[in-house]
Amino acid sequence: MSLKSTLSAATALGLISAAGAYADGHSELTIAIVNNGHMINMQTVAEAYTAETGVELNWVSLEEGVLREQVTSDTATGGGQYDIINIGMQEAPIWGQAGWIEPLNFSDDYDVDDILPAMRAGLSYEGTLYAAPFYGESSMVMYRGDLADAAGVSIADNDSWENVAAAAAAMHDPDNGVYGACLRGKPGWGDNGAFITTVANSFGAAWFDADMRPQLDSPEWNAAVTFYVDLLQSYGPPGSEGNSFNEILALYNEDRCGLWIDATIAASFLENENVRYAQSPNAGNPVGANWLWAWAFAIPAGSPNAEAAQDFIEWATSKDYVQAVGNHPEFGWGSVPTGQRASTYEIPEFQAVAGFAEAELAAIDSAAPEATDLKPYVGVQFVAIPEFPEIGSAFGQEMAAALSGAKTVEEALAAAQAAADAIMQEAGYY
Amino acid sequence: MAIVAQQTKLSKILWPVLAWAVALIIFFPIAYMVMTSFKTDADAVKPELLFTFTPTLENYANMTENYDYWRFASNSIITSVAATLFTLFVAIPCAYAMAFTPSRGTKDILMWMLSTKMLPAAAVLYPMIYMTKAAGLYDTHFLIIMVLSLINLPIVIWMLFTYFKDIPKDIIEAAKMDGVNTWGEVREVLIPLAWGGIASTALLCFIFCWNEAYWTVRLTTTEAATLSKLIEGNRAPEGLFFGRLSAVSTAAVGPIVVLGWFCQKQLVQGLTFGAVK
Repeated sequence: MSLKSTLSAATALGLISAAGAYADGHSELTIAIVNNGHMINMQTVAEAYTAETGVELNWVSLEEGVLREQVTSDTATGGGQYDIINIGMQEAPIWGQAGWIEPLNFSDDYDVDDILPAMRAGLSYEGTLYAAPFYGESSMVMYRGDLADAAGVSIADNDSWENVAAAAAAMHDPDNGVYGACLRGKPGWGDNGAFITTVANSFGAAWFDADMRPQLDSPEWNAAVTFYVDLLQSYGPPGSEGNSFNEILALYNEDRCGLWIDATIAASFLENENVRYAQSPNAGNPVGANWLWAWAFAIPAGSPNAEAAQDFIEWATSKDYVQAVGNHPEFGWGSVPTGQRASTYEIPEFQAVAGFAEAELAAIDSAAPEATDLKPYVGVQFVAIPEFPEIGSAFGQEMAAALSGAKTVEEALAAAQAAADAIMQEAGYY
Repeated sequence: MAIVAQQTKLSKILWPVLAWAVALIIFFPIAYMVMTSFKTDADAVKPELLFTFTPTLENYANMTENYDYWRFASNSIITSVAATLFTLFVAIPCAYAMAFTPSRGTKDILMWMLSTKMLPAAAVLYPMIYMTKAAGLYDTHFLIIMVLSLINLPIVIWMLFTYFKDIPKDIIEAAKMDGVNTWGEVREVLIPLAWGGIASTALLCFIFCWNEAYWTVRLTTTEAATLSKLIEGNRAPEGLFFGRLSAVSTAAVGPIVVLGWFCQKQLVQGLTFGAVK
């Protein structure tokens, strides 16, 4: 075969492949999802949707960071690759404002008022819903009742941080491999950044002032981070700066944690029967240390199948979907997605199997993403501005350095403040 | 003499023991991954069940039923084989020209080619996405084959150039004297003489293509997604799905490990010996 004919054949092959990729009809939807238990289950439950509507569903499951990167690049370059995307609360209002995602308008049957108010607020921009929550979460205290009883301590709802630290100290038994407090320490705006921000909120600290100038050098931040570092250095497992949700979940299920403050979804993974729940602590401030997050479905502005996509989202985030999972022979009521609809928490079958339901609902209801005088921006454990992931990542690195002892709290906060200040200035906020 | 004999005896035992110890340490993560793939997600995180567990195939069943493993695997095979062939198709004439008719700029060209490997891939990610979407090539086999070929071309040309340089020019000259044209020199003389080197280069290129993750994850959605994307999709920030992740990873690296195992003799020979030694 000559060079010319070989190259021609290769080009033709490529063009055929390219044409094939774009020959999809409207009976197919490509959905980018984050990989977690609820999403995995959905792929099975959605077979019924395909059978009923004839719409084929192509699932593209991605790790959270890669999902954000790919969805961002796709949406920012005009879309076209995905008909439906999984996004979180950080992205929904920003992308809605930028016009990157379509506003959602559901039928009356959908009962949009049933969506928990905190979730609706966090996924809207100027009162318009841009993403529908598939499941939501807040954070709460999960602790070992047996260890607490043996040590003669307990943790109340919205307890003070001093009492939480005292409970951790009482349950701390490193000689037997039990650590009083297991908390996120791994650097990342969604890892240690999320937890420390909620602690700071409860200490009366805020990321920015009304002019969006960083406030990480404030006394409140210093008090919050000093408390966090002291607590983990005194009663945390060794190497806490490498721990996030999965690492701590493994430790907790090995009976090596006295208390753990983290996402409410963790409750459905805990194996120890002696678990007790309490609302997140505070430091005498009206804002509790509980975050708010949802994984939601949105439609990129470039989707050629927006109508079919909206229909699917309406089904996947409906009351009927919850029933479909609860009654599914492979899953059942312990596997239904929670944190999205008030009606889910009223289902007797769900209440019977979900001991954490009441605590989860209370935590979500009390989370306040709206801007206030104390916190003049939208978001609880993050700030809903495009620059926040970069700022939060730099902050997370500095906090891990403080936790490991490589820097003092003051040095770490000063470095984080400088980084945040430079990023905000470059972005033109002031 | 007795001391020397004793030392020889000792080293005969010591070196193999050391070699085995190093091999086991290197192999342990792979063995751990394979073992974990036969555990349930719940058992996978229990240290007491590291070696003693009830094996299950549920992760593999789940992988083929829910994740369409064979589609990802076939895409990996198509793109890796085609990219390797295309890379060799371009690299062999290129290395031949530089080895047997070098010019003053040959060394500079070689260095320039190698320098392209120093560019961080992330720096050109967005331009690549824009351009490939505009050209209608995003998420196609053709694009992935071209990308894999281009990122491996410099290293393949370098390797082939090194092998070809070891072939005495007289052999090529003799073929010329016999009236063989350039294509004939490559086909009849060069390829048979450097076959070991070409085979080991091809194998390495195939391994690089198979394992490439940065571009294959970011330039595909469904049509041309490879096993790298399947692994990426099984990482979960909230949930311990280590059993599933291990099964997917085992099934993804399995073919390449087996291939490397069978070809290791040729691979080592090709990498350590020259073309005609």
